[in-house]
Order: sequence, then C-alpha cells, then structure tokens
Amino acid sequence: MAQYQCPDCGYIYDETLGCEREGYSAGTKWEDVPEDFPCPDCFVREKPDFEKVVYSS
Amino acid sequence: MSNAHAVNITGHKMDENKILSAKEKHWAAVKKYWYLVTLVVPVSILISSGLAYATGQGAWMWLLAAVFWVGIPIVDAFVREDSFNPTAEQEMELQKESSYYKQVLYSATILNWLGLIAMTYVVVSVSWSWFYIIGAFLSVGALHAVGITMSHELGHKMNDKTQVLFAKIGSACCGYAHFNIEHNKGHHKDVATPEDPASSKMGENIYKFALRELPGAAVRGWTLEAERLKRQNHSVFSIHNELIQTSLITVVGYATMTYFFGLAALPFLLICAAYGWFQLTMANYIEHYGLLRQILENGRFERCQPHHSWNNNFKASNLLTLHLQRHSDHHAHPTRAYQLLRDYTDAPQLPQGYPAMMGLALFPFAWRYVMDSRVVDWADGDMNKVNIDPAKRDEIFRKFHRKPEMTENVKAA
Repeated sequence: MAQYQCPDCGYIYDETLGCEREGYSAGTKWEDVPEDFPCPDCFVREKPDFEKVVYSS
Repeated sequence: MSNAHAVNITGHKMDENKILSAKEKHWAAVKKYWYLVTLVVPVSILISSGLAYATGQGAWMWLLAAVFWVGIPIVDAFVREDSFNPTAEQEMELQKESSYYKQVLYSATILNWLGLIAMTYVVVSVSWSWFYIIGAFLSVGALHAVGITMSHELGHKMNDKTQVLFAKIGSACCGYAHFNIEHNKGHHKDVATPEDPASSKMGENIYKFALRELPGAAVRGWTLEAERLKRQNHSVFSIHNELIQTSLITVVGYATMTYFFGLAALPFLLICAAYGWFQLTMANYIEHYGLLRQILENGRFERCQPHHSWNNNFKASNLLTLHLQRHSDHHAHPTRAYQLLRDYTDAPQLPQGYPAMMGLALFPFAWRYVMDSRVVDWADGDMNKVNIDPAKRDEIFRKFHRKPEMTENVKAA
C-alpha cells in the first residue's frame, strides 16, 4: 500500500485509508483514483501533481 | 534564509530578513491580541441592539453599518499598511499557538449567532420607524459579511472536524449552506477564469455579476456535493448531504426565533440573509476583477498564481477580515491559517481595503474609473490576457488594447 502527497498543503493519500469523506473507500488504489481528483484539503492540486511518498529505511 | 530577498515557492519576493524597527517588533509581538478586533462586529451588534432597546433610541441600530462602511475605511486611511509579514521562524511560533487563533474564530461564530438573535428580537419587539429598521438591516448585513469570512477561514481546514463544524454553523447564520463546498472545490479550482461564477470580469458591473454569481455558486455547490454523495453511494436527499445539514441549522435557528419573537422575525431574518449573500457577492466581485489565468499548451489553465488576486495590506480592514485581503497568499495556499498569511509586495494591489472597495463597487462608473486602468496595467496593455465580459469586449479592446509588439517591449524592459 503506497502513499501520495499533495505538494502544496502536505495532505497524504494513503491507499490503506482511502479518503472516505470524498467517497474513496479504504483500500482504493491510487491507480483507481480519477485523474481529476483534487487534493481533498486544499483543492488547488490534482492527482498528476501528487508525489509518491518514499520512506528511507 | 540568508538572502535579504528570499523568494517563496511561487517566485514572489518576500522581505525575510529586513531589519525591523522597534515599533514593528512591538507590533509583531502584540498583533495576536489585535485580531480580537474582528469581534467588534458581533459585540457592537450586541451592544447597539441592547442600547436601542434600553434607551428607545433606534439610531443605535445603525452602529455596525457605520463602523463597517465609514469607521473602518477612515481608520484604514490613517493607520495604513501592516508591516508584519511572518518570517519562517515567526511562522513556527505562530503555529505553536494555533489553538488561540482558532478560539478567536469559534468565539466569533457563537457571538455572530447571539448578535443576530439580539438584533432580531429588538427589531421585532419595538415599533421602530423604517429608517431605524434599515439601519438594523444594514448592520446585520455587515455581521453576515464578516461572519461568512470567519466561516470561510474555518471551512478551508477540511482535515479538522471541529473547524468544519464551526464553518457550517457560521454559514448557517445567514443561510448560505453551499458556500463552503462551492468555495473550496469550485471557486479555488476555477478562480480567475471565465468558468468561475465567483470571479468577476472586466466591464461586468456588480449587479450583472450578482445575477451570475448567486445562482452559479448555488448550482455548483449542489452539483459538487451530489458528485461526492454519489461516490459514497448516498442519496443526494439524505442527511449525509452537507448542504442539507447546514440548511437544517438555519431552519432550526430561524424557526426558533420566529416562534419566540413573533412572525415578523422571519421576513427580517430572510431579508438580512439575502443581503448577507449580496455582501459576499461584493467581496467576490472585488477579489479577482478582470484577472485571468492563461491557458497552457496542454489545454489546462495555468495554476493560480499570486498575481491572480487583488490584495490590500491596510491594517484595520485586515484585522477585521482576518487577513482575507492578503488574498494572493490565500489562493496560493488555501489551507494556510489566517495568522500566517503574508503580503506579497508585487501582487496586484487595491487602492483601499475591502470594505471601502465593496462600497465603491456599488457605483459601477466609479468602480470602472478606479479599477479598469489597474487591470490594463496588470496585463501590460494586452487585453487578450484579461477576463473580459463578452458584452463589453469590443468597447474594452477599442479603449485599452495596446499593440502586442509594444506589450512585448514593455515586458522585456
């Protein structure tokens, strides 16, 4: 399960959690999120702008 | 930051390391408490309605309207600019105290409702002349205008349930249920484009704009909420609908007042609410007048930049509206809390604070006299770069458009 971050406000889309309040249930894969998905916090960045979160071990 | 002029991520100049005078340092330290100025709005409604009731002097009911339309612009004219622009270090400190800044918003929301209740009671329980009732109406309109500003600030913090709840309570005060949804998901996405009903076009007067903005925003809010509910597999006519939730707060509040204060309360509340919507229309009208985002090669509008909003850095009106006038930073970073918003010195500037400019907008000829030349300067005389009312396109091009090659030279200079 991967995470993707909004480059403006820092919101993280976590595939494990989805985004229930916007109607994307837990477990919704990033690839199944539509291209025009706006950041559900700031709404000024969209899916193509999001960056994959990489954790260094 | 070691540069005297640090450049923020949007490429705009910020005076991060400018040397602060003792006076400016003092202001930075005490500004926290000065935000309480925003509470002047509901408190003056509470006090003035109480005084009108106790003394029988209906003129008191004009108090807030006078403060908003006359008092604030006068104080702005004398006190002028706000020097405080938080540096990265100051930002960290301000963030530590975020609960204080949220308390200001929660208090304002509750006091706004109390102010509305008090003024409604006083208006309907005494037989006043029309002149005084108009004063009460304009004062409650100003209360709603600032109330929506509080709700606006709260409504952007989508990841904080308490702030979202207070945003709903706030917009319910003037029955504007769709505001938070359509503003965040619609206006911020489409701002400064012809597609946005809440961005005014050059040549479009406020009354024409209102006829586009008021229904356009309501339809957009409902549509966006319907899309969300569809994804959640809920009916649009269910309690899950946030428009319905907020509307229910309004219905319960207004019905309770009508029940206890008498039937006359209802028309007063409804007329004041409608006027409150128009006050928001005035704010929307002045915030992006004529400004246009360009279309990129991929067919999408360029991202909203700081030069796509009109700003004003006057101290008094900025305290009253909790930095709404630092509008460029707000649109660049919508989740940034009000105490953190910065003034961009190179962003488009209005000559006066928002209340004075809202008043000016009511007189279309005066508004265009003051603002059209500013829009032309902003676009370097290339009217193809301006958001223009199609009905006024020919007139505006004839009057203002300068040759493209000249525009290129100006740009290069």
